[in-house]
Amino acid sequence: MMESGKKFIVGIFDDESILLSAVKKIRGNDVKIDECYTPYPVHGLDEELGYKRSRISIAAFIFGLIGTSLAFLMMIYMMGIDWPMIIGGKDHIAIPSFIPVAFEVTVLLAALGMVATFFIISNLKPYGKPKTYDIRSTDDKHVMAIDLAKNSKNTQELSTLLMESGASEVNEKNF
Amino acid sequence: MDVTSPVREVLVTGNKTYHDVSHDICRHVEAKPNPKWMGAMAISLGALFVGGYALAITLWDGIGMWGLNKTVGWAWDITNFVWWVGIGHAGTLISAVLLLFRQKWRTSINRAAEAMTIFAVICALLFPLIHTGRPWLSFYWFVPIPNTWGSLWVNFHSPLLWDFFAISTYFTVSLVFWYIGLIPDFATIRDRATNKISKAIYGALSFGWDGAAKTWQRYETVSLVLAGLATPLVLSVHTIVSFDFATSVIPGWHTTIFPPYFVAGAIFSGFAMVLTLMLVTRKVYKLEDYITINHIELMNIIIMITGSIVGVAYITELFMAWYSGVQYEQYAFLNRATGPYWWAYWSMMTCNVISPQLFWFKKIRTNLYATFALSIVVNIGMWFERFVIIVTSLHRDYLPSSWAMFSPTIYDMGIYLFSFGLFFTLFFSFAKFFPVINMAEVKSVLKTSSGEIVNKK
Repeated sequence: MMESGKKFIVGIFDDESILLSAVKKIRGNDVKIDECYTPYPVHGLDEELGYKRSRISIAAFIFGLIGTSLAFLMMIYMMGIDWPMIIGGKDHIAIPSFIPVAFEVTVLLAALGMVATFFIISNLKPYGKPKTYDIRSTDDKHVMAIDLAKNSKNTQELSTLLMESGASEVNEKNF
Repeated sequence: MDVTSPVREVLVTGNKTYHDVSHDICRHVEAKPNPKWMGAMAISLGALFVGGYALAITLWDGIGMWGLNKTVGWAWDITNFVWWVGIGHAGTLISAVLLLFRQKWRTSINRAAEAMTIFAVICALLFPLIHTGRPWLSFYWFVPIPNTWGSLWVNFHSPLLWDFFAISTYFTVSLVFWYIGLIPDFATIRDRATNKISKAIYGALSFGWDGAAKTWQRYETVSLVLAGLATPLVLSVHTIVSFDFATSVIPGWHTTIFPPYFVAGAIFSGFAMVLTLMLVTRKVYKLEDYITINHIELMNIIIMITGSIVGVAYITELFMAWYSGVQYEQYAFLNRATGPYWWAYWSMMTCNVISPQLFWFKKIRTNLYATFALSIVVNIGMWFERFVIIVTSLHRDYLPSSWAMFSPTIYDMGIYLFSFGLFFTLFFSFAKFFPVINMAEVKSVLKTSSGEIVNKK
């Protein structure tokens, strides 16, 4: 591992409840936690870490609205303006028969738009490089990373604090 | 008053640890293919090639190779299409509707059920595409581009076009939903991988997932919103498929009961197919601790309920045909039950209405052999349902001089075989190279519902 990067103190936790109480204790000691890495979604961890509610559902809603509008505009233009035809005696712009397609396009755009947003803001992409502080964090261990530069405490003090909070081991890692 | 609800049965048995979960699921991905798997794959590839011959001949010589005639213009093609789409309903129902209802038992079956959904929808899409005769031109018929690059657009008043939009949206959203769930599990496989090739492949597939708390928080929001979107979507798909029939003026098709009746039938057949595949996967991969009798019983209860809804729908149809006073409608139903296709009608009635009622008995719905047998019976019944709706309604139309019978040719059967080959080739590939159970989600329910924790209390 190169020595030039940022230095992190990495606490390994065996159980989600120990992790949750440790996050509380460590943040209570004015230590800034860089991020926690868990093998599965741990409920309440985002609140303990002080993360705000994700606004991604708002993105989905906006994408959905765009979908609905685009679908109606498309059908009204094609069926009613560009090439009007009488089909089954219906109006050229027959809103009821446009509803199924408008619904599908809404769902399609909302879903794809939201997922694309999720991938971009979370930096998920094919061949994206994971921040692996400990390889067991996708298996059964919970990992807490503390950026040394962003905290006033030194390595020794942080390690002691992590061990006292219930970490099963403490390592150092450079990124 | 102090009320304590009864302790639910554990979802994962066998006192599993988190590491056991990773190991039990990943070892099938990591192990070399075993002879049983290769045998099964060879059979499905065989079906794919034999069926592929029928498909190639049909594409070369045209759909005149099928048993269709002037009166019966839709038969096995659309029967197979509706049958496969119906099967493709369970996966998204399990992952979306059961997620919204916080049914945690979905966690160990959703992955394989969603995979089955996606593969079934691929098989379904095949049939409308082939039945156009010249699939390479269907781009102009379905996609809203100026027809033949003039200014004539596709017809948005037509239910057939709604169907194209519904199924392609359903396929895309299901695929995305499934893949989002797979990403954390691919990361687990990547981090366990010992050889370079699988590290590179699963590394690419896992999109650089590291399980950061912030990403998990967004992941959970995304899953919930996708579930919220997929729930009306899954109900809309078969509703719109039923519009293909219900908006026409053919006696036997022109009924308002079709949308709910088709949706119930789809869930019914989808769960049956999930059970057929799960019982085998569970046995071969020794996943009895994850897919327990409890899971199977719950799925059987859903089959029993949706089967009963289907039964009520059949009887309502008969009643409405009589009550409407329309002689064409009355004849269509009389002809179904007592005409030359009576055997198809009564096969449908027996398989779909009577057989699921056996699940009222706890002994039967918790018996693996009975469940397996009935899950196949249900899907035979559901195939006959679509055959009855399509062929018996068409074969005797308003003009008795054009009454005709339909019998399939070897090419009709061959393409049906092809779709089976395709389905099982995809499913077996999935079972070998992908984690068949959602590890991350099972881990998240392990603590509250595993044998280990409950025993400790």
